Amino acid sequence: MNIPAELKYTKSHEWVRMEDGVAVIGITDYAQDALGDVVFVNLPQQGDDAAAGEAFGDVESVKAVSDLVSPVSGTVCAVNEELVDAPELLNSDPYGAWIIKVENVADTEELLDAEAYAAHCEAE
Amino acid sequence: MKLIFEKSVPGRHCSLLPKCDVPDAALPEALVRQTAPALPELSEVDLSRHYTELNQRVHGVNCGFYPLGSCTMKYNPRVDEDMAALPGFAGVHPLAPKDAVQGCLSVLDTAKTYLCEITGMDGMTFQPAAGAHGEFTGVLLIKQYHRKRGDFKRTKIIVPDSAHGTNPATAAMCGFEVVNIPSAPDGCVDLEALKAVLGDDTAGLMLTNPNTVGIFDENILEITRLVHEAGGLCYYDGANLNAVMGVVRPGDMGFDCIHMNLHKTFATPHGGGGPGACAVGCKAFLEEFLPASALMQGEGRLQVRSFMGNFLVVVRALTYLLTLGRDGIPEAAQNAVLNANYLMRRIQGTFEPAFDRVCMHEFVLDLSEYKKETGVSALDVAKALIDYGMHPPTMYFPMIVHEALMLEPTETESKETLDWAADVFREVYARGKTDPDYLHGAPHHAQIGRPDEVRASRNPVVRWTKP
Repeated sequence: MNIPAELKYTKSHEWVRMEDGVAVIGITDYAQDALGDVVFVNLPQQGDDAAAGEAFGDVESVKAVSDLVSPVSGTVCAVNEELVDAPELLNSDPYGAWIIKVENVADTEELLDAEAYAAHCEAE
Repeated sequence: MKLIFEKSVPGRHCSLLPKCDVPDAALPEALVRQTAPALPELSEVDLSRHYTELNQRVHGVNCGFYPLGSCTMKYNPRVDEDMAALPGFAGVHPLAPKDAVQGCLSVLDTAKTYLCEITGMDGMTFQPAAGAHGEFTGVLLIKQYHRKRGDFKRTKIIVPDSAHGTNPATAAMCGFEVVNIPSAPDGCVDLEALKAVLGDDTAGLMLTNPNTVGIFDENILEITRLVHEAGGLCYYDGANLNAVMGVVRPGDMGFDCIHMNLHKTFATPHGGGGPGACAVGCKAFLEEFLPASALMQGEGRLQVRSFMGNFLVVVRALTYLLTLGRDGIPEAAQNAVLNANYLMRRIQGTFEPAFDRVCMHEFVLDLSEYKKETGVSALDVAKALIDYGMHPPTMYFPMIVHEALMLEPTETESKETLDWAADVFREVYARGKTDPDYLHGAPHHAQIGRPDEVRASRNPVVRWTKP
């Protein structure tokens, strides 16, 4: 299970990376493995509000549909449109395939470091 | 297998319709299509063979064991079909005057009486077309109840995270905000989590009992009391009624409103899309909001469906009720529970139950440890069962159990069938331990191999196009 040390994580298996005040958000290797092959991603629009702990979109795999939960509150400033035609990127490159970027970050959910997240996955 | 369109040969036809013996009625020119529709052209024997071929590629409850959890695929007695085929029922016109359809009305009224008795409700409608439509109707009753009282602040419906997906969808369709509460580890309602979200904005709670993992929530009286105390109403999803029918009544558990899937619990064939039928029952204080129907007209009442709903399914349900009777209905529920427990214990020791306790009419196996050890997933096991002539159980549901297989054997299966099914599970379990690749490729002997579900989902081709 790949859990990069430089990222922060949510208990609901999103990762977040801060880049000059902008939060870059995706789903973890654990999440994509548990979901199985992702076949559809429902994305928000640029300019939408994101709220910490609330869904900003969802991913659909052959097994189930799961909410994407935002680790931070703010404004969605970029959306990875590439995922619309190539949702499988979430499986093949979960840490490269970011989903949204959020600016004006106001509030963050309780985030885990890599070590704590690894322990959380182990306990699931 | 070729599609019927691919079997088509221009000019071929069959003479199924008699010659037209009335004058042609010409449509206005603007309504006449300019090109002929691309309909298949086949002879009668080709057509007959086509459908027989399709028939041989499916698995129904008449072909073999069908333990599809949460769907109650019980065997449907032939007498129910016989009654539904009686010309007086099958041929009735939906606009026939009331004095010509007294028998049909009597069917609806008698079915209502018995089903109200079984569920502890006072009023009932048979209008909704199936389960989710019934939920929608039921939750609208709750909505109207609050509105009529001028209580407009009740905007939230509480749904446990183990619920059927239709529950939150229904609440959202009715314009409510859905509040998800986490289940306790046994899938039952977490009372503290419930208390934390109850308030003067609570419109109601949607619940099924026994719950989605096949466990009867022993706190049910406390749950409904808490919701009522907060001013909300309690909605019972009857998906799991088969476990308790004639034994314990949702009305006595404190529910105000309920739907029953007549096509599941009261025996109507429903694989492949129906038709289903749903009975929505309610306590007396909600009766004034029920939709209009053949049994109940009145000013201000609207319908949720045309005519009388799927009437012939009600005929089957009533036949089922009358043939089983007051003793047979609870006995069916008891046998459903007995069969589920028997099968769970016979499989245990290989695949383990997610909850090691007495279950109701269905149980969930948790394959996550097995998958860690062998790499064989719940999907692989489900596919392997097809090779034995068994319909796979429900997979990956409920979502609170990882690698879930959910089995509901139903009351109509014999001990021999259950023993056979348990042996099959044990055999598949052993095979996965020694030869996981074999299961990754299953099924190996079925009419259809493993479809590429990922490709089908990413690039769905749902329509034939003329080459």
